[in-house]
Amino acid sequence: MPDWLINFPSNIKLNISDPIDRFIDYLITEWSTIFDGITNGLRLFLNSIGNVVDRIPWWLLIAIVFVLTWRMSKKIGKAILYSLLIFAIGAMGLWSLMNITLTIIIASVIISIIIGFPTGVLVSASDRLNSFVRPILDTMQTMPSFVYLIPAAMLLGLGNVPAVLATTIYAVPPLIRLTSHGIRQVDREVIEAATAFGSTKWQSLIKVKIPQAMPTIMTGVNQTIMMAISMVVTGSMIGVTGLGQEVLISINRLQAGRGFTAGIAIVIIAIVIDRLTQGIIKKGEAAIEE
Amino acid sequence: MKNNENIVLEVKNLSKLFGKNKVPAFEMMKKGSDKKEVAKKLGVTVAVNDVSFQVERGKIFVLIGLSGSGKSTVVRCLNLLQKPTSGDILFEGKSILSFDKKELLEYRRHKVSMVFQSFGLMSHRNVLENVAYGLEVRGTKKAEREERAREIIQMVGLEGWEEMNISQLSGGMRQRVGIARALANDPDILLMDEPFSALDPLVRQDMQFELLSIQKKLNKTVVFITHDINEAFKLGDMVAIMKDGKIIQMDTPENMAANPVNEYVENFINSADKGQIYSVKHIMQTPSCMMRTKDGANHALKLMRDNSVSSAYVVGDKLELIGILTLDDAMKVRAGEMPMQEAIVRDILTTSEDTLISDLLAVAASAKYPIAVVDEENHLKGIVSKAAVLSSLV
Repeated sequence: MPDWLINFPSNIKLNISDPIDRFIDYLITEWSTIFDGITNGLRLFLNSIGNVVDRIPWWLLIAIVFVLTWRMSKKIGKAILYSLLIFAIGAMGLWSLMNITLTIIIASVIISIIIGFPTGVLVSASDRLNSFVRPILDTMQTMPSFVYLIPAAMLLGLGNVPAVLATTIYAVPPLIRLTSHGIRQVDREVIEAATAFGSTKWQSLIKVKIPQAMPTIMTGVNQTIMMAISMVVTGSMIGVTGLGQEVLISINRLQAGRGFTAGIAIVIIAIVIDRLTQGIIKKGEAAIEE
Repeated sequence: MKNNENIVLEVKNLSKLFGKNKVPAFEMMKKGSDKKEVAKKLGVTVAVNDVSFQVERGKIFVLIGLSGSGKSTVVRCLNLLQKPTSGDILFEGKSILSFDKKELLEYRRHKVSMVFQSFGLMSHRNVLENVAYGLEVRGTKKAEREERAREIIQMVGLEGWEEMNISQLSGGMRQRVGIARALANDPDILLMDEPFSALDPLVRQDMQFELLSIQKKLNKTVVFITHDINEAFKLGDMVAIMKDGKIIQMDTPENMAANPVNEYVENFINSADKGQIYSVKHIMQTPSCMMRTKDGANHALKLMRDNSVSSAYVVGDKLELIGILTLDDAMKVRAGEMPMQEAIVRDILTTSEDTLISDLLAVAASAKYPIAVVDEENHLKGIVSKAAVLSSLV
């Protein structure tokens, strides 16, 4: 049997790595002012969120978690449990690291919503756009998350700012997808009713479609938050500070205890945020479902 | 055309096709191909095929047909939820197809509103906000639109439920909200797309009654879609039967029941409960044996003998009904045992021409004599025998 049937023929070559490198180089050299602008803008944004988060005293944050959980679930036990979990992060000595991590998550999620929600609404309105955007979203979501870190670091440098960009790219697809899906699945007769009573397109979007799609959109926000949390750890590879960095240091020094402590803190943040947003979704669904 | 003033809505040669090859599809239809052939050859669905009708102000116009007959598409063309492929729709003489965006919004906001089969309610809004929706989008102030919405909610019998969520309501109540929402805009025309089909039979009857009383009170023009012939005949001033996108017969319920154009219509009507359709005028007979008070007993007996019946209807000079003279009493009068005036039975059953036979059943079963049919001035129009009532239901 000829060799080319056994081993993949070596003379067939597809090289996409060089063009991508050239493209990034081109961006760095020709568009540096723009990326400097983005970097500065993001840094400003990140710092102002960081200022707010840092000013929240530890007891206030725990109180907020307690009240929110209680109002969502009506269960005092759950509220106490979640408050204790957040308290535990402080007790493990990770409070200030958690603040850094929360800042990056909040910044990324806000940017994701600002980009993802309107995009989702646009995509819902056009079948063509939908079929065009879908494979892009699939790629964005399945691409190993740290791949985004390379161009982000090259364009925006190291640290927390490029991490916000990489996190946003990684976390925005579910929000776009679920916003579009939510609006598309609104009951046909309800939309017809809105039209039949003389709503403009804008009125039927704002007053009917988006409110009806809200539980699905919130599910998208929830997924975006969860993906942002996971990305924050990965981001430590390009110098993101906070809990992720703790994990990375532990790996380098083979300190299992330290690693798990930081890991558990991340799990606690994820669980509390997830349950709180799920609670909001369920409340919305109860009102909308028949 | 009848009195032009009274025609609110006129549909002229309306067609609606779904698919790409609409022009060749029209050619095929002109050459006499039917819906199935067009769908097979060109992949074009003919939903509505050359439909024309007129709706008079203040009347209930019912479109009836099986699912897929195109009735829902027709009603959706009337407020341009669907754009007709060809034909024209005139509202008060003006083509709604010529409306620009703004005029169309105005038309939908003020002239026509719609009630949906599965209600089409907005579940993120409570009852009050749902009813006020139409007013909200046309820009009515909050206080004003809520006041109006409360009035209408009271009218449809949902007082006290204003702040409830839609999910807390039963099907019948939801459709009351749907009707209230449609009425809140004070439209000229109410389009109702199988509004009661999703409700269980008892609730449906309630709602039909409610609709009739609301319609009497507000004098709205209604275009009503249904697949239930009983409902159509009960509500409709005019009924049009649709099949395969075409109207195959359009008439008043009585005429349609009496003269179905073909077997399809006949079968459709036969599926109905006949007592609901037929009224007394369809089965009444001219009284064969009629006498005046001044005619003597001898004359009365001769009449009865000639017609071989055992009673005669006594009428006044202007044919107004006075009573019945039975054979026995007539004999007594002749024998001089009682005066004529006393012999006439005055306490007899009467009915009107428009009474539904179903409503007459219970009375007819226990009646001693045929029931007299009289008009508002008590003129005798005919008689209905017990046998005629019962046999009409078979």
